[in-house]
Amino acid sequence: MTIYELTKKLNLSVLNKGCLDSAIKGCYVSDMLSDVLANGKEGNLWVTRQTHPNIVAVAAIKGLAGIVVTGNKPVEAETLEKAESEDIPVMGTGIQTCEMAGMLYNLLLRHPEAGQP
Amino acid sequence: MADLGKNRIEGSYPLKGGDFSEAGAASKELRSQLAALGIPSETIRRAAISAFEAEINVIIHAVAGTLHFKVEGDRLIITVTDMGPGIEDIELAMQEGYTTAPDWAREFGWGSGMGLPNIKRNSDGLKIDSIIGEGTTLEIIINLKSNGKNDDIRAD
Ligand SMILES: Nc1ncnc2c1ncn2[C@@H]1O[C@H](COP(=O)(O)OP(=O)(O)O)[C@@H](O)[C@H]1O
Ligand SMILES: [Mg+2]
Repeated sequence: MTIYELTKKLNLSVLNKGCLDSAIKGCYVSDMLSDVLANGKEGNLWVTRQTHPNIVAVAAIKGLAGIVVTGNKPVEAETLEKAESEDIPVMGTGIQTCEMAGMLYNLLLRHPEAGQP
Repeated sequence: MADLGKNRIEGSYPLKGGDFSEAGAASKELRSQLAALGIPSETIRRAAISAFEAEINVIIHAVAGTLHFKVEGDRLIITVTDMGPGIEDIELAMQEGYTTAPDWAREFGWGSGMGLPNIKRNSDGLKIDSIIGEGTTLEIIINLKSNGKNDDIRAD
């Protein structure tokens, strides 16, 4: 599934200009940045409550597909600009982390075929 | 891969304690210089993770410091020097989960005590010198010609 398809399915708001065509390969849920540096995988969608610019460096280094910020937490303008310059899409949702993780589990891992166009 | 000997890559970056605004600048430049040399992406990733965690440690734990990187032969050498409190027990600091990070760093999602273990795991060599009350120096080695961590470099 691409980022674009996911934003439609889960009604995520795209907060910046980033590459929406990249294919999502699984997801990782964490608010600790060293944990994502250690355990995130290339192509993962990252679900987090962290919003400061360091998250962009983490996503860029790990080659993550995008970042989803849960619970309607506002994202700093500097973070969105940095992410745009790295071509990393940042998405927002009012849904909380636990529910978002459940939805992503169903879409990306349990029934990945449902995400095929 | 490009002939590493003909491509001098080098960079030096100042770091300031408590200031996250420049965090990641050094590892970003390192990534793009290594990519221009045709270094495999997994090796670049290991180098960038190591550099970034070292940058963050200076920002969180020290007053000021410098990250310097250069390629010597087939090896990337990242040297991070800081003026700071130093590390009392290096063996303890290397344990996953051990942290003295203050609350402000935890709010930023740092301080899980995984930084030094991340550097160790992603590098082919790590040397830590520290003097209490003066500062800390990390020397991180990444073999650019190996396929994965700790691979032997075969003679061509
Ligand atoms: N540059 C440094 N100066 C002083 N102490 C340091 C430095 N780097 C690491 N430390 C000490 O080692 C501990 C573990 O470091 P690390 O594994 O990076 O985890 P974290 O930074 O999340 O605490 C730190 O909490 C700190 O006590
Ligand atoms: Mg650290």
